[in-house]
Amino acid sequence: MKLATQFRDGRRFPLHIIVFLAPAVIVYTMFMIYPLVDSLRLSLYTSDDRGNETFVGLDNYHKLVTDPLWEPRLKGAIINNIKFFAIHMLVQNPLGLLLASLLSSPYIRGRTIYRTLIFTPTVLSVVLIGFIWSMILSPLWGISGDFFTAIGLEQYAKKPWLGLESTALTTLSLVSVWQWVGIPMMLFLAALISIPDELIEAARVDGATGWGVFWRVKFPLILPTVGIVSILTFVGNFNAFDLIYTTQKVNAGPNFSTDILGTFFYRTFFGQQLQPGNPTMGATIAGVMFLIILTGVLLYMFGWQRRITQVEL
Amino acid sequence: MKKLVGLIAVLAFAVAFVPVQQTPATQAQEKVTLTIESWRNDDLVIWQDVLIPAFNAHYPDIEVIFAPTAPAEYNAALDAKLQGGTAGDLITCRPFDKSLELFNKGHLAPLNDLPGMEHFGPVARSAWITDDGSTVFCVPMASVIHGFLYNVKIFEELGLSEPATEEEFLALLQKIKDESDYAPLVMGTHDQWEAATMGFQNIGPNYWKGEEGRLGLINGTIGYNEDGFLEAFRALARWKDYLPEGYQALTYPDAQNLFAVLEEGAIYPAGSWDIGYFQQLNPDLQMGAFKPPVPAGAEKCYISDHVDIAIGLNAASPNKEAALKFLEWVTTQEFAQLYSNALPGFYSLSDHEITVDNPVAQEFLSWRNECESTIRSSYQILSRGEPNNEQDLWLYSAEVLNGTISPEEAANKVQEGLAAWYEPQKNRSK
Repeated sequence: MKLATQFRDGRRFPLHIIVFLAPAVIVYTMFMIYPLVDSLRLSLYTSDDRGNETFVGLDNYHKLVTDPLWEPRLKGAIINNIKFFAIHMLVQNPLGLLLASLLSSPYIRGRTIYRTLIFTPTVLSVVLIGFIWSMILSPLWGISGDFFTAIGLEQYAKKPWLGLESTALTTLSLVSVWQWVGIPMMLFLAALISIPDELIEAARVDGATGWGVFWRVKFPLILPTVGIVSILTFVGNFNAFDLIYTTQKVNAGPNFSTDILGTFFYRTFFGQQLQPGNPTMGATIAGVMFLIILTGVLLYMFGWQRRITQVEL
Repeated sequence: MKKLVGLIAVLAFAVAFVPVQQTPATQAQEKVTLTIESWRNDDLVIWQDVLIPAFNAHYPDIEVIFAPTAPAEYNAALDAKLQGGTAGDLITCRPFDKSLELFNKGHLAPLNDLPGMEHFGPVARSAWITDDGSTVFCVPMASVIHGFLYNVKIFEELGLSEPATEEEFLALLQKIKDESDYAPLVMGTHDQWEAATMGFQNIGPNYWKGEEGRLGLINGTIGYNEDGFLEAFRALARWKDYLPEGYQALTYPDAQNLFAVLEEGAIYPAGSWDIGYFQQLNPDLQMGAFKPPVPAGAEKCYISDHVDIAIGLNAASPNKEAALKFLEWVTTQEFAQLYSNALPGFYSLSDHEITVDNPVAQEFLSWRNECESTIRSSYQILSRGEPNNEQDLWLYSAEVLNGTISPEEAANKVQEGLAAWYEPQKNRSK
């Protein structure tokens, strides 16, 4: 026993490291790693009516990408998911950055109030958000109609935003942006605040304008945060499910126009109405989601994080 | 992946904790507790105040707890509970394949020998029987009938009368549209299923001649893109102009509120289950009902009298004896009478004579004598494959009403989906 706890050079192995790591390692393995591995295992099987599982290798994946029933749904879900992600990247994150730089300015009064208000939706339940927004946008009694009428856009007052193929996904993406914009705002704000004033003052003395200071001094310094925010958005969006499920139900209507990987997975895994659940195909879709997210994260780690220069301030 | 794991964890917690609350360890010999699994959370009060006390009048020693789950979650939650061995003693049975699957997996006990089963005819049993017709595994409770509800006050105000034919029906809708601000026909397409269930399956039997058409689909003698079925899609498409503004984003509860609470719509394509709920929502609402209008030249009328709900025995129940007593009570005239009256719009499937006090519900029931009954076309056998036939009907009926595809395209799509896997239909599809 003594040997095992000692290094060759006689130093004792710090047992407390194991003790401190154990809870996290055990819990994480049990609730994250094991289900993940088991889900991937399940995707290599198929089951019959009685629930007997047979190993089929990669057949499920093959079926998912070639079968005329599955392939259009998968393609649709991936394309919709990319749109969903693109809207977050183009609206949520720039907006978060803008809000953060406004809130980091010492000249704005009531900054804490704004910060709290903008952050509040992120701590609310998605079910609540979905419900509130379906009410707001309802063509029957939604207040969005009054709003459009008040600003002179009557033609939009009774538009069924969540019921048209052309608008449903964009509308839901923007609702999601509304809910989550507080997160990038907070991250950017934390990064902006940590920039030492001397740098900014020095730039000012050198004659830089506010615009110049932001793009040439502040932005390069918060670049690592830009990366983190992007990857968080990516992972969050390709895992998204709840908002679409609460507002558009499991069929992600109209005509699957709001179907993203999460709802596609849920519908397949748990089934719906007369369609029985198909856990093995569901696990296959989960496997595809895992692959997409893994690829994205790896690209981020090797293509971005390693190249970027971290500046110690 | 994180969310997936979270979802499973939450589900596991739900499964682990719910039964603990529901069945306190009353293992005492004399008092037995039975738990009923159901998706009918709207009926909680009726079970607690009417049905369970009536049962306890006969069997005071059996305590019954009605424990419903939300309809959309019922199937998945029940599966999880059954697999985990924590499901209740009595299981409310969905019609057809869902329950058959549970029986095949050994979760539901056979009920052939249950005293009282003789009160249920072959149509009543059809939804809860093995394919070879040998074993029944649920006691049929009720069916639901489709038709149209209308607001009597609005009809009086505009001087309208109940339509009998499709032509009269469309003229009526046009008149409401032209002469008032009321929505002529209250239905949305956001949730999709109403378009198929309250639309297509409601008026359809008149076009495909009820059972003749439905069995024709199963035998492969007619397809969804032919004759009656194609006509039904065309008839459905004619509703498009009369739906409320923004109907594409209107959900089922929205439509219910628009018709029953706000009273801003004249006619509501209904399932009979709506009757009781509407009267609860708005006791002052004056409703009338008319049956699905028949197309020109029709000699007979057909209604969708859909077997909907039954109750079975969890094969793993530790209280089988008490549970069987309960099921036997479900076969009696007393239950049939109580249930049909407590839940206006749910009609007992037994052969007992019953009277329904609610006039609107009685009106729906009276159509059984005037017209021929059928069930929804996609429920028996046809929704076993992929793509799921019922699913396709939801999607394409909603699309027809949204105006994004023509009725002919919709009919072809539904037929293609069915012919893709259903052997008897394979040679029909073009």
